[in-house]
Amino acid sequence: MSGHTAAARFGLLVIAMFLVVSLAAPWLASFDPLLQEIGDRLQPPSLHHWLGTDGLGRDVLSRLIYGTRLTLGLAAFVAALMVPIGLTLGILSGHFGGWIDWVLSGLTNIVMAFPQLILALAFVGALGPGLPNVALALVLTGWPAYARLARAETQLLRRTDYIAAAQMLGIVGPRLLFGHVLPACVPALRVRLALDLAGIILAAAALGFLGLGVRPPTPEWGTMVAEGGKVVFDQWWIAAAPGTAVLLASLAFNCLADGLRDRE
Amino acid sequence: MRGLVSLVLTLVVLVVVTFLLLKLSPIDPALARVGDHASRSAYLQMRQELALDASWPLQLSRYFGRLFHGDLGVSLSSGQPVADDLRRVWPATAELATLAMAVSTILGLALATIAVRRVGRLSDGLIRLISLVGNSVPIFWLGLIALLVFYARLQWVGGPGRLDDAYEYTIAMPTGVVLFDAWRSGMPGALVSALSHLVLPVLMLTAYAIGNVTRLSRTTLLKEMTQEYVTLARAKGAGELRVLLHHVLPNAAALILTALALTYASLLEGAVLVETVFARPGLGRYLTTALFGGDLPAILGATLLIGACFIVLNGLTDLLVRLVDPRAR
Repeated sequence: MSGHTAAARFGLLVIAMFLVVSLAAPWLASFDPLLQEIGDRLQPPSLHHWLGTDGLGRDVLSRLIYGTRLTLGLAAFVAALMVPIGLTLGILSGHFGGWIDWVLSGLTNIVMAFPQLILALAFVGALGPGLPNVALALVLTGWPAYARLARAETQLLRRTDYIAAAQMLGIVGPRLLFGHVLPACVPALRVRLALDLAGIILAAAALGFLGLGVRPPTPEWGTMVAEGGKVVFDQWWIAAAPGTAVLLASLAFNCLADGLRDRE
Repeated sequence: MRGLVSLVLTLVVLVVVTFLLLKLSPIDPALARVGDHASRSAYLQMRQELALDASWPLQLSRYFGRLFHGDLGVSLSSGQPVADDLRRVWPATAELATLAMAVSTILGLALATIAVRRVGRLSDGLIRLISLVGNSVPIFWLGLIALLVFYARLQWVGGPGRLDDAYEYTIAMPTGVVLFDAWRSGMPGALVSALSHLVLPVLMLTAYAIGNVTRLSRTTLLKEMTQEYVTLARAKGAGELRVLLHHVLPNAAALILTALALTYASLLEGAVLVETVFARPGLGRYLTTALFGGDLPAILGATLLIGACFIVLNGLTDLLVRLVDPRAR
């Protein structure tokens, strides 16, 4: 039991650290992440460049720090779209039942059976690389989990006394659904969201690694791994550093989910 | 029956999604086919040939019709029908995913069994650590680091590619399954080379899958272990191993099988990344190469194939469970 709480604490601590780093990036980074000093290219870690420099002589640590903004920003953006969409559809489906439920949960099951990464690849491949298309693909494949969760929770609640009491007080329509049903979905939702954020960070890095994320020279962890991968046999630190950052960020959210799951 | 209907429906939606992507893409399929320097009349003729000016519903129905005949269009980069390309590359991916699945099943079930037999802080903690880290590590990066350590520095295994150069261009590859083709070539060195190039990719995919296999099997086994029939079996004097293998496993088989099938489906996705890192020819590398070339027919063809495998594997688990577990019939 104590192990789980420790995991959740570790997760929260690391997430807080990444948040601070992303907000304070201009003060923490000692170099411009885009500044190229070709004379200083492929330098090993030193006191001047803590994590060395990449193939274009850019400071790896500074790029890593600025990359935090992009990764966390994308994860937050995807969550901010995917969760409300899923919850709304799920609550409507669970509350009204009938043909609405039939259509909505059919759609949920279908999208849920789709392979997320492959579909994201196809989206970006067809519509063009870039962050908006990456986010769109992740939102479109990510919402069903929340719809399913909210639907189950709503169906359970439909027969409870406290919803009946609220209805007797004249609370109906959106206020009933979003004021009284929605809060009940929150505990289960937190675990799912923490898991999904870990997944989004990995998927975004994978797309960046494949060259389908942000356009260069914007610092992004997955793209940095790909750039470092070209010289990994000689200058391994260039790929090692951003990969470790991805691992840490994803691990933090997975640990948080692990801790939250066992508290229930 | 219900399961079958939703399976078919899901496949239909997958086709519609790829069709929409085709239509919404800024890439002009006719221009891509004839090239930038083609004359206007050649371009218009290609548009006519591809029926790009017909109404969308008509185009969609034609799209379905072509798919039924196994026609996925012509790849822009290879100039070959996409269906032929896919037929050539998929065995390599199936080989990789199947080997990884076998390794993660054996290791995962062994780990889960050990953890169940010794319930305690240490084994629990270890399993949790494996599944947490396994689910968090970017597999493409792990592949790079593994190449650096075990290939470049220690030289224990083969590097990128599926064979050493000496064999890559000398042995015939009729099936595309590299272990089989290397064995058929009759050169012992080829088989050794194929194996040494396979070790790291298989291990990377195993890292991707083993966390899920272990965690789900452990949960299932633990739940069964608290059932009364286990107490009864023990009271009758059955040893722990006998209880586990003869009493618990048959009851847990259906759920474990479901977990394995879902994991196998996700390995197809993982294979895309692993093949790219290790430069192994296969479905995933075909897809990523197509992505760079803006080769839309190839992108959507590969998406359809991987997506369909994924959906069918997902859908078949229900059927599988009913075969294995009489209670579900």
